[in-house]
Amino acid sequence: MSRLDQINTGDLLPGREYKTDNVQLFFYNAVLWNAHRIHYDYHYATQVEGYPGLVNAGPLMGDWLTQCVNEWLGDDGQLQSLQYSNRRASIIGEVLRCCGRVLSTDQDAKTAQLEVQVFNAADEVIIPGTATVSFY
Amino acid sequence: MGSLLTPELLANIGRTAAPKKELVTRRDIRKYAVATGQRVQKFIDGDEAPPMFYIPLFWDVVALEQLSPDGVSMDTLIPEFPLKRAMAGGLEIEFYQSAFPGDWLIARRTLTDIYEKQGRSGPLIFYQVTMEIKTVAGDPVLTEKATRILK
Repeated sequence: MSRLDQINTGDLLPGREYKTDNVQLFFYNAVLWNAHRIHYDYHYATQVEGYPGLVNAGPLMGDWLTQCVNEWLGDDGQLQSLQYSNRRASIIGEVLRCCGRVLSTDQDAKTAQLEVQVFNAADEVIIPGTATVSFY
Repeated sequence: MGSLLTPELLANIGRTAAPKKELVTRRDIRKYAVATGQRVQKFIDGDEAPPMFYIPLFWDVVALEQLSPDGVSMDTLIPEFPLKRAMAGGLEIEFYQSAFPGDWLIARRTLTDIYEKQGRSGPLIFYQVTMEIKTVAGDPVLTEKATRILK
């Protein structure tokens, strides 16, 4: 029996809570070779760009969406596609929540459509997205 | 056609950047896995690259003097637009196969679209860059379409 047989529209993915700190953001931008000051220069981020603090890197949170999908999917399939947009900035120290749910399944194509999102502590969606997974 | 987009600007659609060829290494995957908080063991061990590993693999490595005062490197594929302030954009990614340590991958970036819309507070310029990543044998690994918004 395929894992897909046990999946229904509306099923929730376990999701995960994240709270970035300076160390993780340093590592992430070092791995990228990204020197954008909004991520490490507090004075620049707050006084020049007007953010309330150091800004989390957008693609880092995009990665979280793939983690949300892959941790739920396990070895039963693979991520086929992902689309998302960075709607609002988030700041180091914020508690963010990455969530997902099944929008639909296609037994013939052996695929499922998912909604994946990152919420901030105020329960606002800061990154809406969708993903398609295929099952073995 | 919007008034901000001249025929000269629109002529940039189809422009391509020089292809980039990079090697996937276990050490780089492991660093990426730590930096992003991966919990799947094959990613933590560097046995397989997480889906978004292509982002650091093909991020431009630029010299200090090539950075603007805010620490950003200029994307030479993009022409100078009449609107300057970048807003949040979006990504669409199709994944065809995973990458593993020892793989050489080739990325080709193309400016695939430029268009204008009227926002609530004035005109907006959208542009789309498509990056196709393939193996050296030419097999597709992933396609990313990134849309950026300027106001």
